[in-house]
Amino acid sequence: MLSGILDGIFNGISIGSVLLLAALGLAIVFGLMGVINMAHGELMMLGAYTTFVVQNGFKQLGGVWFELYIFVALIAAFVVAAAVGLVLERGVIRYLYGRPLETLLATWGVSLILQQFVRSVSWQFVVGLGLFCLLYFGATTLLARRANWQQIRSWAIAILLPISAGIAIAIALVAGQMYKLPFTQPWFGAQNKDVTAPRWLRGGIPIGDYQLPSARLFIIGLTIACLIGIFLFLQKSPWGLRIRSVTQNRSMSACLGIPTKTVDALTFAIGSGLAGVAGSALGLLGSVGPNTGQNYIVDTFMVVVVGGVGKLVGSIVAAMLIGTANYVIGANVLQPLVAGSPALSSFFEFFATASMAKVMVFALIIVFLQFKPAGLFPQKGRTIDA
Amino acid sequence: MSIEIIPDGKGKGKNRKPLLIEAGIVAAIAVIVLFVLPPIFTGLGAGFQIGLLGRFMALAIAALGIDLIWGYTGMLSLGHGLFVALGGYALAMYLQLQIPAGQIPDFFQLYGVSELPTFWQPFYSFPFTIVAIFAIPMLVGGILGYLVFRNRIRGVYFSILTQAALIVFFNFFNGQQKLINGTNGLKTDTTTIFGAQVGSPPVQAVFYGLTVILLVAAYALCRWLTSGRLGRMLVAIRDDEPRVRFSGYNPTGYKVLVFAVSAGLAGIAGALYTVQSGIITPAQMNIAPSIEIVIWVAVGGRASLVGAILGALLVNFAKSTLSAQFPEVWLFFQGALFLAVVTLLPSGIVGWLRTEGIQNLRSLLGLRQPVATYPSLETDPEVKYERQSVGNRESDG
Repeated sequence: MLSGILDGIFNGISIGSVLLLAALGLAIVFGLMGVINMAHGELMMLGAYTTFVVQNGFKQLGGVWFELYIFVALIAAFVVAAAVGLVLERGVIRYLYGRPLETLLATWGVSLILQQFVRSVSWQFVVGLGLFCLLYFGATTLLARRANWQQIRSWAIAILLPISAGIAIAIALVAGQMYKLPFTQPWFGAQNKDVTAPRWLRGGIPIGDYQLPSARLFIIGLTIACLIGIFLFLQKSPWGLRIRSVTQNRSMSACLGIPTKTVDALTFAIGSGLAGVAGSALGLLGSVGPNTGQNYIVDTFMVVVVGGVGKLVGSIVAAMLIGTANYVIGANVLQPLVAGSPALSSFFEFFATASMAKVMVFALIIVFLQFKPAGLFPQKGRTIDA
Repeated sequence: MSIEIIPDGKGKGKNRKPLLIEAGIVAAIAVIVLFVLPPIFTGLGAGFQIGLLGRFMALAIAALGIDLIWGYTGMLSLGHGLFVALGGYALAMYLQLQIPAGQIPDFFQLYGVSELPTFWQPFYSFPFTIVAIFAIPMLVGGILGYLVFRNRIRGVYFSILTQAALIVFFNFFNGQQKLINGTNGLKTDTTTIFGAQVGSPPVQAVFYGLTVILLVAAYALCRWLTSGRLGRMLVAIRDDEPRVRFSGYNPTGYKVLVFAVSAGLAGIAGALYTVQSGIITPAQMNIAPSIEIVIWVAVGGRASLVGAILGALLVNFAKSTLSAQFPEVWLFFQGALFLAVVTLLPSGIVGWLRTEGIQNLRSLLGLRQPVATYPSLETDPEVKYERQSVGNRESDG
C-alpha cells in the first residue's frame, strides 16, 4: 500500500515535471504576448535532436567525457532552440501581434516546416538553403539602398525570388551529382533516433523495495533548477522587471521607455530555449523523432489553460495536477478505494489506459473551467478582455 | 462604413433582384458541375479527377462551416475534424450493418466480440442515420460550445480547447477496438446500400450528385444565416464582443447556435467524404486535418462563402498533385502556404480580388482609382505617410 502511494506520487510528479518543463516557456510567452506558439513542440524536438548530435560528438571522445555530455547538451539545446525562436519571432510573429488566431496558424505552418526540415536535412539541403539566403537577402539588401526601393520592391521580390531559388536548387542538384551519397544522405531521416543516457542516469535509487529511476529524478531536478532560474531572472534582473511590466500593461510600459519589441524578442527566445531544454530532457526518456513534439503540445496547452496567465505558480500547480490526474486515472490507482462498488469499479476500469485517462482529464478540465474560467491564478484587473 | 437602410415593404422587390441573379449563377454552376464536367473528364480519361472533385466538394461543406464560425463570428475552431469524423462514422456504421440479419460486422470477431454493442443498435435504421449524421455533431458541438461560451472563454483559449477536445476523441476512437475497430477505422466501399455496392461507379455517381446538391444547399443556408439580422449579430460578435454584451445582447446563444450549425455542416461533409473515399479512420481526428480545413478558408478568403469553397477545392487539388509527385516538398509547401496566407494575404484570394485585384485591374486598363475619401486627402503626402507608418498600429497594445 505504502509503495503504491509512493509510486503514485512519484509518477505523478515525474509526468507533471516533464509537462511543466515543456509548458514553462509557453506560459511565459503567452502571458507576455498572448501568443500560443504551435511550433513549441517542434522547438522541443529540435532540442532533442541537438542532444542527439552532442551525444554522438561526445561518444567520439569517450570515457568520462561521455558521462558529462548531458550538461553540454542542455546548454546547446537551449541555445539552438532560442536561436530558432528568435528568428521565428523576428521573421514572422512580430508582424502578427494583436492577431493571436493568425499567429496560431502561422506557427503551425512553421511547425510543419520544421518537421519536414529534420526529416530531409542533408549537406545538399543546407548548401542549397544557404545559397538561396545569400543570393536573395544579399540582393534585397543591395537594392534596398536605392532611393526608389519602395516603388520597385514588389517587382524586385517577384524577380529575385525565382531566380535565387533556381540558382540555389540547380547548384545543390549539381553538387549532389558530383559528391553522391555522403552529400545527399539525410542527417537524421524520418526514423526515430535513440539518445543513450549516461551511465549514471540509467539505473535507479532504491527506497525499500521500490526503485526511483534516476532519469526521472534528474528531470525533476532539472525542472526545479529551471524554475528557480526563471524565477530569479524575472524577479531580480532588470530585464525580468521589464518583462513583468510589459506583461502587466504594454502601453504604459512603452510610454515609460521600456523597449517593448526587444522585450518581446528576448522573452520569445527564452521561452523557446526552455522548450529546447525540455526536449533535451525528453531524449532521456525515449527515442526522438520528427513527431516527438506533437505528442506534447496539447497537454502543455492544457497546462496553460488551467494554470492561468501571468503567474509561474499557476503553471506549476496545473502541471502537477494534470500529471497526477493522468497517472492516477491511467494506472487505476483508486482501484482499492472503490473496490466495494462494482459500478464505480468498472467505471474506473474503463478509463484505466493512458489514452482513456486523457479523455477523463479533459472532462475534468472542462468541469474545472465552469468554476474558474480564467484558470487557477487569473490576473487581477479591470480589463474586459481578461 | 456605410449606413445600411433597413428595407421596408416597398424596398423588398429591389433587394430581391441581385439575390435572384446570384441564385441563377449558383444554379448554372451546379448544373455544369453535375452534368457537363463528368462526361468531359471521363472522355479525357481522367475520371479519377471527378472522384477527387466529389470528395473535395464534400470537404468544401466543412469549409463553409468553418467560414461561418471563423470568418463571420471570429471563433477559430481547431477541432472541426472531430465533427467531420462523427458524421463519417455515423454513416459508416449504418453501412457496416447492411448485412444479413443476425450477423455482426466482421471486425468484431477479431477482438472476440460476439454481440453488437448497444450504441450500434439505432444505426440499423436509415432515417435515424440520416438525422444522426448532422444531429450528433450538432449535439456534441452545442454542448461543448455552451460549456465554453457561457464562461466567456474565447480567442486562443477557445481554439486550444477545441483542439484538446479533438485529441480526446481521437484517443477514444483509437483505443476502442472492441467498440469501433480502433485505428483501423470502418470501411465503406465494400458495403452495400439499398442492395448496391457503395464502391461501384453508379452509386459513386449518385453520391457525387448528392454532394453537389448538398453543397448548394449548405451555401444557401450559410448565405441565409449571414445575410439577415443574425448575420449582422455574428459580425458584431466578431468585431467587438464586449460591446455587443454592453448593448444588451447575450452573445452566448448566438455563438452556441452558429457553432452547432457549423458542426452539423462538418458532419454532413464527413459522411459524404467517407462514402466517396471508402474508409473512415480516427486519423481524421488528428491535429493536422482540422487545421487544414482552416487553411482552406484562409486561402479562399475569410468572411466570404465563395472563398471557402474555392479555397477548399484549390488547396486540395494542389495537395493531391503535389503530394503525389513530391511527397517531401508538400509539407514545406503547406507550411509556406500557412505563413504566406497569414502574413501576405490575410483576406484570402477572394478578399484580394475584391480590393486590390480590382484596383490593379483598373490601373492596368488606365481607369482612375476610385476615391473613398476627399480627393485632397488622397494626394496629401502627410496623410500618405501617416497611413503607411502609423496606420496599422492600432492593434498594438
